[in-house]
Amino acid sequence: MSAILNDSILNDETKKVLTAPLVNDNPITLQVLGICSALAVTSQMSTSLIMALALTLVTAFSSAAISAIRNHIPSSIRIIVQMTIIASLVIVVDQVLKAFAYDVSKQLSVFVGLIITNCIVMGRAEGYAMKNPPLESFMDGIGNGLGYSLILVIVAFFRETLGSGKLLGIEVFKLTKDGGWYDPNGLMLLPPSAFFIIGLIIWGVRQWKPAQAEKVEFKIMSISHGEGGHH
Amino acid sequence: MEAYISLFVKAVFIENLALSFFLGMCTFIAVSKKISTAMGLGIAVMVVQAITVPANNVVYHALLKEDALSWMGITGVDLSFLALLSCIGMIAALVQILEMILDKFFPALYFALGVFLPLITVNCAILGGSLFMIERDYNFGESVTYGVGSGLGWALAITVMAGVREKLKYSDIPAGLQGLGITFITAGLMSLGFMAFSGIQL
Repeated sequence: MSAILNDSILNDETKKVLTAPLVNDNPITLQVLGICSALAVTSQMSTSLIMALALTLVTAFSSAAISAIRNHIPSSIRIIVQMTIIASLVIVVDQVLKAFAYDVSKQLSVFVGLIITNCIVMGRAEGYAMKNPPLESFMDGIGNGLGYSLILVIVAFFRETLGSGKLLGIEVFKLTKDGGWYDPNGLMLLPPSAFFIIGLIIWGVRQWKPAQAEKVEFKIMSISHGEGGHH
Repeated sequence: MEAYISLFVKAVFIENLALSFFLGMCTFIAVSKKISTAMGLGIAVMVVQAITVPANNVVYHALLKEDALSWMGITGVDLSFLALLSCIGMIAALVQILEMILDKFFPALYFALGVFLPLITVNCAILGGSLFMIERDYNFGESVTYGVGSGLGWALAITVMAGVREKLKYSDIPAGLQGLGITFITAGLMSLGFMAFSGIQL
């Protein structure tokens, strides 16, 4: 078993499947998937890490399970089957969190449950796991989960350090109210900041990889060119 | 009565599902390029939300809550961990039924909303509404108010967003920020605007 596992981990396809979603094919910045539900937990690093872990595990295991039975699912009811598998896994995660990390599960409130409707999970199940063998689907799930986690962690990093001067609850900047120099930026703890940070991340990634930029629908031209304004 | 109005205003503006809880973001970004389609989706979400939240409320209180089965003579059973599965099943089933009813009796409406209905099953805003209803322990009346209110809030947000984006496409934006990037920043500014409502107390 371990030989098979080693073999396929070294396999090029598996490596590609695992690393492509991090930057080149990131589910959030490029595919616009899965932004819903989870940004609300990014005001703290600890909750974001738990959320990222939960989502990666659910994506990986649901992809593997769906891929294992992909040849036996009638196509007319495949969405229901996929959903039931995903929902069962999410219930497991939810119960584990409630049992071992009750405080965190209270903070995550409904957002663990919302992993069910997270487009990444469904998207990978429908788009990859239905056509590929279990092990590769598992790796694809991990890869996409990590691509998502990366964005989540970056957003959480900025929101927590700038918003409360702490990281994972440990003081990074000394706050003015404790006699330090840093005056916390309250906006960072509120929802709009997550939108701004994601927007800026997308800008950064697309500046770095111009191939990802979107085509311009209307180009602004100076009139003196005299070439007309059509696009 | 006042409590209901207060809850309604809270659900529409202050705790707007899209702009303060990031729910339904995938569709919010993907379908907000044109006002007419955005409005169609918004109305569909509102209708589905107004039906599913109360329906899930009934199921939760009659079957799943701790000791809810006592009317059948079974006590000490707590099935609330099944709420996730029952909510999503309920939503999928209701959307399917709604689609069939519209197809049969209101064909015009079906053609207008039809393409959006399947999308709605996996819209986080719908499931999120039901889960918030369970977490905050709303009774039936409150769940109806919350369902209509949160659906209306989402519809309002996506329509306004589409309006902004229709104008935005003529503006001169840096290449990397084009499209998705500027849409997120716009959403952030709108979210900032909606937060201004948070001072309202009824």
